Amino acid sequence: MVVTKLSDNEVDRIFQALADATRRDIVQRVMVREQSVSDLARAYAMSFAAVQKHVAVLERAQLITKERRGREQIVHGDPQMLRRAARLLDAYEEIWRARVESIQQILDQDNRKGTES
Amino acid sequence: MTVVSVNKDVEARTLTFVAEFDAPVERVWQLWEDPRQLERWWGPPSYPATFVTHDFRVGGESTYYMTTPEGETPRGWWDITVIDAPTRFEFDDGFSDENGERMTTPEAGHAVVVLEDVNGKTRMTTTNYFPTAELLEEMVKMGMEEGMRLAMGQIDDLLKEVSV
Repeated sequence: MVVTKLSDNEVDRIFQALADATRRDIVQRVMVREQSVSDLARAYAMSFAAVQKHVAVLERAQLITKERRGREQIVHGDPQMLRRAARLLDAYEEIWRARVESIQQILDQDNRKGTES
Repeated sequence: MTVVSVNKDVEARTLTFVAEFDAPVERVWQLWEDPRQLERWWGPPSYPATFVTHDFRVGGESTYYMTTPEGETPRGWWDITVIDAPTRFEFDDGFSDENGERMTTPEAGHAVVVLEDVNGKTRMTTTNYFPTAELLEEMVKMGMEEGMRLAMGQIDDLLKEVSV
């Protein structure tokens, strides 16, 4: 069985990074198209420094990447890491699907016994 | 169709699973209350669960282990924190080591189970809270190898939301 080993710290950083509404918004924007930090700063009622700080948190969680282009810092989204976090929840969903399936089988057996007697 | 809805919240680290069964609430409650019935569905066929203790009352403890195809027996525990029979109960859940000692990492999670009568059927809503990704990962490992494999191929919902 091939399962990509997720580093716990890595995933925890993703979850923490996404716990903030501004940061989620930044992720959404840069997933759609790349933006400069100055573009992002104009979109929020907060200082350039504050936006830059959010960008840094997202960068540490590897949800975004930043590159310098001339005087601008360009921010790109990295869907790979989001996928990895979501994959964990997907796997847990499958566990519940299987349980519900088994419960249904037990209840079906009840019904069959009921009609036999 | 027994699965009504699934809500995964990556940010809040919760998974809410809603299913409906064509059986009375009391019958579905038994499936949780009676350890012999619980172990018939808690683990998947390749990872059957055995409940060593199942003290189904507030303050009670459950201890269980799964048996993997390789013959390993990862262990877990529940602490029942709320019981409102036959419609609601809550428990903390965590892992134990091979000696049955509770492990401090990963940090324990919490689960809420609600059973409701909907036109003679039972709607079961389970919500799992994961304090850390590590716990979620361990739960997944212990829960279902197949699930992991299936999930690998799935396109994640969050990514779809993000691209809207």
